[in-house]
Amino acid sequence: MIAYLLRRLVWGAVTILGVLLFLFWLFVLYAQPEDVARRALGEKAPPEAIAQWLVNHGYDRPAVWNPEAPLDTRLFDHLSRMLRFDFGASDADDAPIAARLRSGIGPTLGVTLPLFAIGLPLSLALALGVAFFRDTYIDRLGVVVCVLAMSVSILLYILGGQFLLGKLLRWFPISGFDPDPGLALRFLALPVFVGVLAGLGSDVRFFRTVFLEETGRDYVRTARAKGAGDARVMLRHVLPNAMIPVLSAVSLTIPFLFTGSLLLESFFGIPGLGSITVEAIQNNDFATLRVMVYLGALLFIAVQVATDVAYTWVDPRVRLE
Amino acid sequence: MSDLLAVEGLVTTFPGRAPETRIPVVDRVDLRVARGEALALVGESGCGKSMTALSILSLVPKPGRVEAGSVRLAGAELRGLPATALRRIRGARIAMIFQEPATSLNPVQRVGAQVMEAIALHERVSGAEARRRALALFEAVGIPDPEARLRAYPHQLSGGLKQRVMISIALAGRPELLIADEPTTALDVTVQAQILALLRALAADTGVAILLITHDLGVVNEIADRVAVMYAGRVVEEGPRASVLGAPRHPYTQGLLRSMPSRARPGERLAEIPGAVPAADAWPPGCRFAPRCAIAMDVCRVREPEATPLAADAAARCHALVTP
Repeated sequence: MIAYLLRRLVWGAVTILGVLLFLFWLFVLYAQPEDVARRALGEKAPPEAIAQWLVNHGYDRPAVWNPEAPLDTRLFDHLSRMLRFDFGASDADDAPIAARLRSGIGPTLGVTLPLFAIGLPLSLALALGVAFFRDTYIDRLGVVVCVLAMSVSILLYILGGQFLLGKLLRWFPISGFDPDPGLALRFLALPVFVGVLAGLGSDVRFFRTVFLEETGRDYVRTARAKGAGDARVMLRHVLPNAMIPVLSAVSLTIPFLFTGSLLLESFFGIPGLGSITVEAIQNNDFATLRVMVYLGALLFIAVQVATDVAYTWVDPRVRLE
Repeated sequence: MSDLLAVEGLVTTFPGRAPETRIPVVDRVDLRVARGEALALVGESGCGKSMTALSILSLVPKPGRVEAGSVRLAGAELRGLPATALRRIRGARIAMIFQEPATSLNPVQRVGAQVMEAIALHERVSGAEARRRALALFEAVGIPDPEARLRAYPHQLSGGLKQRVMISIALAGRPELLIADEPTTALDVTVQAQILALLRALAADTGVAILLITHDLGVVNEIADRVAVMYAGRVVEEGPRASVLGAPRHPYTQGLLRSMPSRARPGERLAEIPGAVPAADAWPPGCRFAPRCAIAMDVCRVREPEATPLAADAAARCHALVTP
């Protein structure tokens, strides 16, 4: 297991290096820094100001190769700063990126963690229920509702929730955020509710398929032949076995808990990492974007390794070698 | 009547290709198993023998269902029982073991826990008592190092050991009838012999009756008191082992015996039954074996033969027995 983890870590490091080189090509070589400067300073900025901006942001140095000082290149600067988590300042407004990320992670987790903690058990329970009534009208109705629910765009859930629960019923504020924990709850309730609802259709349908596949297996027949009832068969035999494919699917969504939901945050005005990313895209803020992509890749690799370890708990047949 | 299990006119159907039609895969099957007796139900793949077994316990997988007939255990009807009453019979009075020990055990649960579950489902016992009983069962079915094996997962055991675990699960509720559906088919030949010897010894020790489902006449010879031969959903011959295997009267049974490798002389070409078992939706009218039968007469293709009583508790379903 130790050897396996070490090998995964080495591969992870190689992957990260690849991501960093790609980011360098995309945001430093391919992008035109003059355009970024003009976006930041305004279309009518004088050429001297633009030249100064390029110097301040290090865009004036040689990209890859500097014969006089081999380490004074944009590539070396990019790699060394990313690896030291020294993210520098935003291209758009010169604000330090690290401080902005620290302020955004709270609101983001405020949406995604409740969303995950409510949405996953709820869709598992609903799927278990629908699978329990397989081949009945409850099951067929459940599938139809799921397909309808997943066919509707998330934008409709967001706008519908804001209109119905925010504007008409006035249960929640339509959008906005307050850093005070007591007040934040009022603002977070609606995006969490909408997020859970929007994800339910596809999750329930997927988990139902997983459960139904397990229900057809031989060990389920054995459990029934022992005299186990339907509920016991589902909870004690089908559910633990279904956790293996469920884990594979769920682990893919975990990095997004940290990077935040772009749509939910921007529509509900929540100043989280999702909003920061959307703003960075709109402002051609390549310095911030490159950090977001880099952190996302790091998270993805870390979660993958953690998932492999989690498999050994869920499935005794899995051994990491 | 001292029959432990009496199956009469059992019909189990699956949906046909055309909508709203149902095809019988088990067709008016009668079976009797006396207390302590071992009955072998023999037939080729697809003849309906496994579905007969699953029908007895109401475990037919959807969309199949038991359509007609009666299944009585010690005189009490099982068909139409509510689910809770059926659960008290499954595992406790009728237990079942399956063909594939590799997939029939829950892969993510320790085998000891799976045996203990079978005990706890039918009796109020403490965890320690259930564990002690599971340990005793592992010893009884000849699992070496039983204490450690209780904690093993199925994938850590060999096929033979897994089938022994399955047998101890089946015996956990101290059943009166053990249905064994091809219990040795997936195992190595040497392990097959061990498992059969174990079943025979357990039957002698505990007095459990056995309904053994198999396609292997060698297995029948090892264990069965009586034999029922199934073909295309019907029981075509039934009787004591000595008469069915020694002096078979139905042409299908005769063909099966002739095609056994162990009965052929060296250098001799092995006999075979021409053709293949027809699918359930393509059963011919009349005798279902007629298209493959060497002695088929005109009447065989038109009218299905009745069961003709033969000597000593035996019967066969063949026109040739009535109008030679």
